[in-house]
Amino acid sequence: MKRFFKLRSGARPSGQVVNASTLRNAFERRTVVIGGIQASVAILLAARMGYLAIAENEKYRLESESNRVNLTLIPPRRGWILDRNGAPLASNRADFRVDVIPDRLTDPARMIDQVGELLNLEPDRVKDLKLEVQSARGFAPVEVASGLQYEQFAALSVRLPDMQGVVPQRGFSRYYPTASSVGHLIGYVGPASAEEYEQDRNPILITPGYKIGKDGLEKQFEQGLRGTPGARRVEVTAGGRIVRDLETRDDIQGDAVRLTIDGPLQDYAARRIGLESGSVVVMDCQTGDLLCMASMPSFDPNSFSDGIGSVEYSMLREDQRVPLRNKVLKGLYPPGSTVKPMHCLAFLQAGVSPDDTIVCGGGRRIGNRFFNCHSNHGVVNMDKAIAQSCDSYFYHFAQQIGFDNVAALAKDLGMGQEFELPVTSQFYGTVPTSEWKFNKFGRDWQSFDTVNASIGQGYYLASPLQLAVMSARLATGNRVNPRLLLDEPVAPAESYDFDPEHLAYVRQGMNNVVNGAGTARRARLPIEDVQIAGKTGTAQVVSLSVSDGRSGPWKFRDHGLFTFFAPVENPRYAGAVVIEHGGGSGSAYPIARDVMTFLFDPTKGVEALRALENQWGGTAQERLERRYAAYAAERGTTVTPPPQRDEDIFDRVEAEARLEAEQTQEIGDKFVQPRENQTASGSPPPDALIGTQPQGIEP
Amino acid sequence: MSAHTGIIPVPIARQPWGMLIPLFLLVGFGAAVLYSAAGGKVDPFASSHLIRFCVFLLMASIIASLPRQFVRFMTYPAYVIVLLLLIGVEILGNVRGGSQRWLDLGFMVLQPSELMKPVIVVTLAQFYASLPVGMILSWRALLVPGVLIALPVSLVLLQPDLGTSLAIAFGGAVVMLLAGLPMKWFIGGSLAAIAAAPLVFFFGLQDYQRRRVLTMFDPEADALGAGYHINQSKIAIGSGGIFGKGFNNGSQSHLQYLPEPQTDFVFATMAEEWGLLGGLFVLAVFAVILSWGLRVARASHDRFASLLAAGMVATIFFYVAVNLMMVMGMAPVVGIPLPFMSHGGSSMMTNMICIGALMMVNRWNREAPRYGLAG
Repeated sequence: MKRFFKLRSGARPSGQVVNASTLRNAFERRTVVIGGIQASVAILLAARMGYLAIAENEKYRLESESNRVNLTLIPPRRGWILDRNGAPLASNRADFRVDVIPDRLTDPARMIDQVGELLNLEPDRVKDLKLEVQSARGFAPVEVASGLQYEQFAALSVRLPDMQGVVPQRGFSRYYPTASSVGHLIGYVGPASAEEYEQDRNPILITPGYKIGKDGLEKQFEQGLRGTPGARRVEVTAGGRIVRDLETRDDIQGDAVRLTIDGPLQDYAARRIGLESGSVVVMDCQTGDLLCMASMPSFDPNSFSDGIGSVEYSMLREDQRVPLRNKVLKGLYPPGSTVKPMHCLAFLQAGVSPDDTIVCGGGRRIGNRFFNCHSNHGVVNMDKAIAQSCDSYFYHFAQQIGFDNVAALAKDLGMGQEFELPVTSQFYGTVPTSEWKFNKFGRDWQSFDTVNASIGQGYYLASPLQLAVMSARLATGNRVNPRLLLDEPVAPAESYDFDPEHLAYVRQGMNNVVNGAGTARRARLPIEDVQIAGKTGTAQVVSLSVSDGRSGPWKFRDHGLFTFFAPVENPRYAGAVVIEHGGGSGSAYPIARDVMTFLFDPTKGVEALRALENQWGGTAQERLERRYAAYAAERGTTVTPPPQRDEDIFDRVEAEARLEAEQTQEIGDKFVQPRENQTASGSPPPDALIGTQPQGIEP
Repeated sequence: MSAHTGIIPVPIARQPWGMLIPLFLLVGFGAAVLYSAAGGKVDPFASSHLIRFCVFLLMASIIASLPRQFVRFMTYPAYVIVLLLLIGVEILGNVRGGSQRWLDLGFMVLQPSELMKPVIVVTLAQFYASLPVGMILSWRALLVPGVLIALPVSLVLLQPDLGTSLAIAFGGAVVMLLAGLPMKWFIGGSLAAIAAAPLVFFFGLQDYQRRRVLTMFDPEADALGAGYHINQSKIAIGSGGIFGKGFNNGSQSHLQYLPEPQTDFVFATMAEEWGLLGGLFVLAVFAVILSWGLRVARASHDRFASLLAAGMVATIFFYVAVNLMMVMGMAPVVGIPLPFMSHGGSSMMTNMICIGALMMVNRWNREAPRYGLAG
């Protein structure tokens, strides 16, 4: 180096000693230095390359592989939900579908318009989609459409290179063959929400097209139904084009869930409810198998699984028959006279003889007040009291033995209880006792409370499931527990050790309701050797001064109830039918009759239903679709969108159901005067008639 | 000459085969890499690469045969012509709107800025060779070359083409250094450049250029944005390992993760498939060529010829060093191709002019080993 600077240091003091030879020297020195610099750069580059290729080889090989190979999860096929005979209530259907991933859309609004045009989506669906994409978490796919035709799918696929964030794929979608008939029972599926993904960081949850159970059994058995995702490793270019498949691991389908439900019976019962709002429960008395848990009107789980549309949601919300509520588990109604056979059993156990009589003079004095009966029954014994549903008889004996004793038996038979069932929630209702009343209202039990409760009115609330269980327990004298899963071992029902004679009296009373001089003689089965026994009930929701219970505003009409078992001699099936605001028990027992007819003789049952459906304008599903079309045509543009989270929808429905049950109890603070002719029924609510007529035909 | 055995004809035997054979190997290797970069096809890269090399090799041998007087005579006119071309490009760009770097001459597309790289070297060599020896320490020895460099550099910067303007400045500066200018000027100049760097960085550079510089220091910070190129290039080089993934097996280049696999990042394409061994081979060939060039420069005792040769070596070196440092993540992404391997006519032309010039000086040395000191 010193020599290198010699030119400078030498030049200055001696004053410009520069000649050709010093310049030549400088050139030679400096080329050596430049050569040295070049050599060191070469060594530096070689070292750097060696470092990248040897020391960091592992890291970069991995990165290169993760560039090259793209792993896609194949959503597992969901396990089927089967009825007791192995027929599917929920299955999978191969289809073509399209999702968008909001994160990857550059101009969401324009892209959705474009996709909507390609797929011929309805304008309100496009509007919904834009809202959804706006509020969705970026990583979670939003379904645009499923069940597409191959032509549509192909049309979209060829334009894919220009449509970033749009994901078309072949897959499986959930299919419910009986549609709305199983809506409440089975539930539906939908894409996982942000919260669900937070809880369960399973990457399958954000795979486009993957759906999890959102309600009912789909939600309850989610983990088992889910299955194991498959995986597909593909080689992709930087632009995302797939070059070739490397390896594919098939998915493993989720486990099937076998229910005790009888699919055809469930469908029949749901359709038989017709224009009314109500529920039908049928169970096997021996095993507790729930054969049917129909709740109508309902939603179409097929359509819900594609995403709940604004118009659809709005239509269901506005229907006063609350199609979103599962009435079997979350409908609470005053049981009315249906509890009378059970109350009789309590009287018998307390020492009342079946031959003890009272005189009903259109009512009876209890304490120092006269309470009306719905009719003047004259001299009444137990048998007549059940068959004709004489209220005075129950006022009298409930007062005599004390209602708390009656309530103890009611609870023992399942009233006010929850059952061990794989359902997301069930309401347990109320069996009023003096203690309960004091705790709740801070007031003492009055004689009118006994009067109300003795005929299943006032504070008394029960769900259709509880009524069915009560019938099964009365019919057998065993503690029958309902069950929903076929593969669970059947625990033999323990006996209550009731006095067989007592039970026989009660059953005979129920037999006479239908087959004797009772209130439901039209409920007789049109089958030679099978007889059904039952008990009618008419539950008032407002006092007689507000409404006569049959006409006037639908919301004020009486509920119609019927509990039953069959065959009479050797009970095999038991159940309950509750028709909301049906106007009296006359709305309920014909349904019970037809459902039981179908159970013993399907041909006869279907004939009866076909005649009715012609009158109603088609099956429940057909009417729902027509109703939707009519609603969309009328209101399509002015609907409010549904809550973003499916959970909110059902939380709201449940809260409203609780509130409504509370409101029903409000009339319990005074005597509920029974109305006359309780079996007569009213007509379905006016808005039930929308969609009963095929469109385009002038009346 | 003395090595002449009579079997090989003299005109062939006297060629500098020690440099030419490694060069042919490198170009052939480059063609193989380009064959792979095109997805296993000769077209479009490998074929035109070889054809261009043959054409420009012919051009280089013509240059090599030029007489010294002719070259010195033509130097200043050539400088003026290329400068005019640069101005022409600038005007054309302004008329058409947008930046333009090339002139379409009909039979070929010409980038005048590329031509300027060797021309500035010759021009400065000519200037210092004709400058009286005593004046080397005066300010005039700095001022005139400074203007000669500044004119084309600023025109190229206007295009804007930072890489090429740096290459021109570098070639010129090396000639000035070797001409014997006082060291203090270079030290002072370097200090001034270091001081000015932050100012240039914040005020002189375009936004995208600033991002590229920042990215160099932390490429993973923005792996999908500005750091993408460098990151993918490092992945390609690093994943190649010692022996590479094998010819035609590079996933980074074949699946288009590597940007520009045939031009600026051709070294990464090569390294992925041929590994560290391929990289060392490329480095070795460049070492052979450049050291041969420096030997030629030192062997010449003619001031013009030795400055010219050393400047040409510096120009090739600049290409190689900046390109390799860029693909290995040690320099910001500037569009400078790798000589003799990257696909592209302009850079092949420039480098072959440099090679031709070196061969020319080599011939002069051989014909008149001691030419004397006269200018």
